[in-house]
Amino acid sequence: MQTEHTIVSKRAIAPDVKEYVVRAPVVARKAKAGQFVIVRIDEEGERIPLTIANADAGAGTITLVVQEVGKTTIEMGRLEEGDAILDLIGPLGRPSHVEKFGTVCMIGGGIGIAPIYPIAVAMREAGNRVISIIGARTKALLFWEDEMRAASDELYVTTDDGSYGVKGFVSQELERLIREGRELNSVTAIGPVPMMRAVVETTRLHTIPTVVSLNPIMVDGTGMCGGCRVTVGGETKFTCVDGPEFDGHGVDFDELVQRQSFYKDLEAEAAEGCRLAREHPEAGPKKRTR
Amino acid sequence: MTEQREKKPRREMKPTKEPMPRQDPKARARNFNEVALGYTEAQAVGEAQRCLQCKKKPCIAGCPVEIDIPEFIRLVAERDFRGAARTLKEKNCLPAICGRVCPQEEQCEAVCVLGKKYEPVAIGRLERFCADWELEHGVEAPKTAAPTGKSVAVVGSGPGGLTVAGDLAKLGHRVVIFEALHKPGGVLVYGIPEFRLPKAIVAREVEYVKSLGVEVRVDHVIGRIYTIEELMKEEGFDAVFICTGAGLPYFMNIPGENLAGVYSANEFLTRSNLMKAYDYERHHATPLRVGRRVVVVGGGNVAMDAARTSLRLGAAEVYNVYRRSRVEMPARDEEIENAEDEGIIFKLLTNPVRILGDERGRVAGVECIRMELGEPDDSGRRRPVPIEGSEFTIECETLVMAIGNGANPLISQTTPDLAVNRWGYIVVDEATGATNIPGVYAGGDIVRGAATVILAMGDGRTSARAIHEYLMKGN
Repeated sequence: MQTEHTIVSKRAIAPDVKEYVVRAPVVARKAKAGQFVIVRIDEEGERIPLTIANADAGAGTITLVVQEVGKTTIEMGRLEEGDAILDLIGPLGRPSHVEKFGTVCMIGGGIGIAPIYPIAVAMREAGNRVISIIGARTKALLFWEDEMRAASDELYVTTDDGSYGVKGFVSQELERLIREGRELNSVTAIGPVPMMRAVVETTRLHTIPTVVSLNPIMVDGTGMCGGCRVTVGGETKFTCVDGPEFDGHGVDFDELVQRQSFYKDLEAEAAEGCRLAREHPEAGPKKRTR
Repeated sequence: MTEQREKKPRREMKPTKEPMPRQDPKARARNFNEVALGYTEAQAVGEAQRCLQCKKKPCIAGCPVEIDIPEFIRLVAERDFRGAARTLKEKNCLPAICGRVCPQEEQCEAVCVLGKKYEPVAIGRLERFCADWELEHGVEAPKTAAPTGKSVAVVGSGPGGLTVAGDLAKLGHRVVIFEALHKPGGVLVYGIPEFRLPKAIVAREVEYVKSLGVEVRVDHVIGRIYTIEELMKEEGFDAVFICTGAGLPYFMNIPGENLAGVYSANEFLTRSNLMKAYDYERHHATPLRVGRRVVVVGGGNVAMDAARTSLRLGAAEVYNVYRRSRVEMPARDEEIENAEDEGIIFKLLTNPVRILGDERGRVAGVECIRMELGEPDDSGRRRPVPIEGSEFTIECETLVMAIGNGANPLISQTTPDLAVNRWGYIVVDEATGATNIPGVYAGGDIVRGAATVILAMGDGRTSARAIHEYLMKGN
């Protein structure tokens, strides 16, 4: 007997970014901010980790926000409301460390806006003053601005190209807040590696504790394979059981990028095949070459 | 069947086992089909006739699950293959698996009376023959006791979990297995390669356990979705058996271990076996990048599996690096020989010192040091000591660490009252598998650290008895 992980609703919230609400009653009841699930969408599919962007225990659903960057995420985009996700495993990872710090700054860059949202909510529930900064390359890629505004005491928005909000990076907005003398007791940043890195460099100068959430290559998500190992403070950690959140000031980002990119060429090739199949379904599946 | 048997006519004893038919080493090193092909009926009967049917029956005590070995072999000799399979199944739910992966040479066959003078009876090969015969000719529906109204949660669907579940279901208890991965079987599906244990065989053995009434819930990571306490207090289970495997790969803590292209054996084998990366070019979505040259570190069965898998994934040169000599290798002789025949290059008395990377942070080689054997250590094996100044480099693009597993923390972290030792393994009463928490039992690698499929099954057998007693107390 298996819980059917049915897609209750699906909507596009930015180009190549979709929001899914998925039925998963037990996961919804157990999930805490910062945790993730692993999904597999068909019998031959790979296992990919996705952060739980919201959990509604009452409705028995969780929300996943997925950027279509690879084969599996693109294929997932073809599932419709009422379809089921074959395997959904979670909640995985350690929950975010939530307590009353005072004033906290929640930073979400690009797709990172989705996972920062539940942490912002939890931080506020714990009695913190929540200042959030969200950003994206351009206006079209921004999403959940209203949700983030509702979850925060203050919200700042940036775009790299200035098409919306303040022109620049989220790290520059953070720098401005700090220079203006805002006292921040804790910072959490989730997004692309260069963005998390910029945030960490900014807070390092001001010695503000900073948490980042890492997304290395992962297979099982239970500590069994060690594929997701990262170096933090000179020690090897397994992201799936020790993380995904770590002290940003200790993370070896160079190593993370090198390990993340190990399968980039194969991923790009597979994704390209999927995009072609999506645009030209009549062509049929293309045999992959290595 | 009559009890009396005519005195066997004296005949010439064949001194050696009937050889196992195998795929040719050159051909098999490039495919994932099973290496050992199995006995024909005639071969099985011939081998079964070698059994002396001695009075002492030391083989039964040599078997961790106490199969009535002389009896099943007698039935094979009489061509009653169905009866032989039934005898096996009385004590062992998974004979097709054990017949393939048990280290019989250290167990039943090690104590075989025939073995004093000749080669022992090929008990493992006969077990496999009977199990395969039954799978081919239709598996008999097993008998189960009337429902007891009690329920047991089994955490992990590897060999220990399947055994405990099968035994308890036969006794009439409701059993639910919680499996973390998307397929049941544990190490039998993610760890042991197809060429040594076909996954179709594992699937059929799992089906057999399900046919006993066992429910399997895949995708359930206990310690995350439910704690042990929640299983008992909220989900209503009367007892729990924990057999999660060790499940946290060791690395050596040498420089360069996090370079891209360094895998744990678990990751390497999981990608290939569970995720079917060897089928990447045709169907399956999970890749496994294997270089032209692969170095596998470690001397156990898992190391042999990883090395032989590398060959099959197209590596041109595969090295096995082990710090002691061949006699100390924990791998089964049969597997070492298979690896040798297939062309694995053994670098014994050799230990990695650091892993070298290229400018992209990918593995380019491994610096090793030669070792010599000194005085015996705690394990009784002679301790390897580095020979100063003997460093040398093996160039490679892939390195697999197959040096064992530590204890997975997910259950102990979320079950603070559960007693674990200083390495994190669960502490149990050896006679029952009982932990310090009433109703909670454990076995297999999460207790032993690293063992074998059959020892995990033996633990399952032991705990099934103890759990049954615990559940029926006062009834």
